[in-house]
Amino acid sequence: MKKSISKIPFRGTPEQEKQLMEVIKKHRDQKDALIKVMQEAQEIYGYLPLEVQQMIAEGMNVPVEEVYGIATFYAMFSLSPKGENKISVCLGTACYVKGAQALIDRITEVLGIRPGECTEDGKFSLEACRCIGACGLAPVMTINDDVYGRLTDKDVDGILKKYMD
Amino acid sequence: MNMVNLKINGIPVTVPENYTILEAAREIGIEIPTLCYMWKMNEIGACRICVVEVKGARSLVASCVYPVSEGMEVQTNTLKIQKARKTTLELILSNHDKNCLSCVRSGSCELQKLCHDFGVDSARFDGDTPKFDIDYSAPHMYRDNNKCILCRRCVAACKAQHVGVIGANDRGFDTHIGCAFDMPLEKVACISCGQCIVNCPTGALSERDDTDKVFEALSDPTKHVIVQTAPSIRVTLGECFGMAPGSIVTGKMVAALKRLGFDKVFDTDFAADLTIMEEANEFLDRVKNGGKLPLITSCSPGWIKFCEMYHPDLLDNLSSCKSPQQMFGAIIKTWYAEKNGIDPKDIVVVSIMPCTAKKFEIGRADQSAAGNGIPDCDIALTTRELARMIERAHIKFDLLPDEEFDNPLGESSGAGVIFGATGGVMEAALRTAVETLEGKPLENIDFTAVRGTQSLKEAELEVAGMKIRVAVASGMESAHELLNKVKSGEAEYHFIEIMGCPGGCINGGGQPVQPASVRSFVDLKKLRSEALYADDRANTIRKSHENPMIKLLYNEYLEKPGSHRAHKILHTTYVNRSKMVVK
Repeated sequence: MKKSISKIPFRGTPEQEKQLMEVIKKHRDQKDALIKVMQEAQEIYGYLPLEVQQMIAEGMNVPVEEVYGIATFYAMFSLSPKGENKISVCLGTACYVKGAQALIDRITEVLGIRPGECTEDGKFSLEACRCIGACGLAPVMTINDDVYGRLTDKDVDGILKKYMD
Repeated sequence: MNMVNLKINGIPVTVPENYTILEAAREIGIEIPTLCYMWKMNEIGACRICVVEVKGARSLVASCVYPVSEGMEVQTNTLKIQKARKTTLELILSNHDKNCLSCVRSGSCELQKLCHDFGVDSARFDGDTPKFDIDYSAPHMYRDNNKCILCRRCVAACKAQHVGVIGANDRGFDTHIGCAFDMPLEKVACISCGQCIVNCPTGALSERDDTDKVFEALSDPTKHVIVQTAPSIRVTLGECFGMAPGSIVTGKMVAALKRLGFDKVFDTDFAADLTIMEEANEFLDRVKNGGKLPLITSCSPGWIKFCEMYHPDLLDNLSSCKSPQQMFGAIIKTWYAEKNGIDPKDIVVVSIMPCTAKKFEIGRADQSAAGNGIPDCDIALTTRELARMIERAHIKFDLLPDEEFDNPLGESSGAGVIFGATGGVMEAALRTAVETLEGKPLENIDFTAVRGTQSLKEAELEVAGMKIRVAVASGMESAHELLNKVKSGEAEYHFIEIMGCPGGCINGGGQPVQPASVRSFVDLKKLRSEALYADDRANTIRKSHENPMIKLLYNEYLEKPGSHRAHKILHTTYVNRSKMVVK
């Protein structure tokens, strides 16, 4: 699926930028370190918006399109920030056969975001994750550190409500 | 280099050990079909069309990247190979927009030819067909990813130009060639050179077709429609009609334009001579009066855009001269209009250019000599579009007689014609500048040190007791390298010529497309530029300042090079576009 680009304004801090510059400095002369730098940048910022990709491109002396091409190729990179509440729906085999896709579809309907996206108010982000080892509770979703199991799409609205102020 | 012996289709061949199977095969006249391959530029083994059988190998191998080895036995055309190639093509077609009938590349499409060669079933695989929006944002070209086969030749060409604004985004069926964050082409630091287009095997990339606008102007009786042809068109247009690269077709080109109905058929070479008058004067002025050096030429709009985007600190080094295309239009809409009593609003200047960036240039600011928002040049066509017009009018190009340009703006010198090759502008300028500095006619007007298709050249000349150092770069990678040396003080020059495309205009992004097999293994740059130098030699007038019509223009109208009026009409300004560079 095509990665969607977040419209949420970039809110990077000088502290984060300093961290990123250190990472770049460390890897600048390593020919194949671009992906490594991108991974560390994502750890710092939580995602890779245009502003961050530009800093990486400039620092590593490659066109920003090269960074973007890699960011959209690998599933691990995100172009959307994480929300205040991070929803993960397990799409491991057990959860999948027990109907996890229906959970995702319902969340998308309610919040208007697809996996990999964040709501415009920054409240929720959604991702589809791999097996979290709770197959006995399939299908499972987590919000922050809370685990919800044996769900159907009918349960989704009530759970989300708990996280809306 | 160690040599290795191998057999291809039973024929023994000895080649250097760093050869690929594909290169070795060519040595004995065996052509292996390719699609993504571009020699020395895009050798990625992605498309699998070039697969061959190697004795002892477990599967078919991609000959474009597979190195030769001692005793190797290769088959290039077995039934197994043919079937594999056919299946690959059928898979490519499964998500390809197959509207060949209306495709701009029908007849010159490399995919179409291979499908024909291998007798493919276009409907064998009926798969997912994502629909991509066509990017029409840029003034010079469009991208239709529905016809893209992801060979990445355009990506390699863009990178080789030190631009790199396109690449493969997303993955799987969503994979597409695009810009960072899928920005439209007009929003990124694309220099409009069109090298991506001439490297594209299909109809995914093409110039914006402006031929309809020209046909409309030609059919409007209130319009006086003038055409100008750039120096290099006369040595490339023939390729669109099956002639060998390097064929000189000046006379037929003029005849075709007259039959298409243009009121006047003039020559951009005239404006090239005019450019030399102004630029040589500017150079001498800067040398004598301590002006900004090195002076850098400004004929190539792709280079100008590159300078504005990537080297904005050098904008003061650029010659303020408009390009020949724009000088031509400027003179038409002032001097010519006055002389002939025509309102410049009723004149349509069409230019035939080797260049897609020329389509961008006509819309630049400060390009209106006649004022009132009247553009110097109205429509810029590429060589390919002119060929399309000739085809649409069903003119039999090869049967045309040779005809002559109209006057006064059809008169030109040999110096004007070599503008189309890297080093040509420099040589033309030197013919005039050196003669002026020395105050006597040149004994030898061939400045061979700046000739040749290599991307970087330099020379030092003794002129009137002065040492003049010049450099010539073509292609933006070489230009970038050269300019960094100039900035760091590692190299010092008085005068630099830069052309946007490798080899100069003869290899411009608006020139006839040739398949990868030709682009890889035929030296198009050499063949086309040699034709220009042959044309120069055949000319009786070979210095711009000896062009009698140039003399007339200055006597009647411009007074002298660099005059107030010349400045107003023939010179321009530049813009810092570095903000567009997200690099």
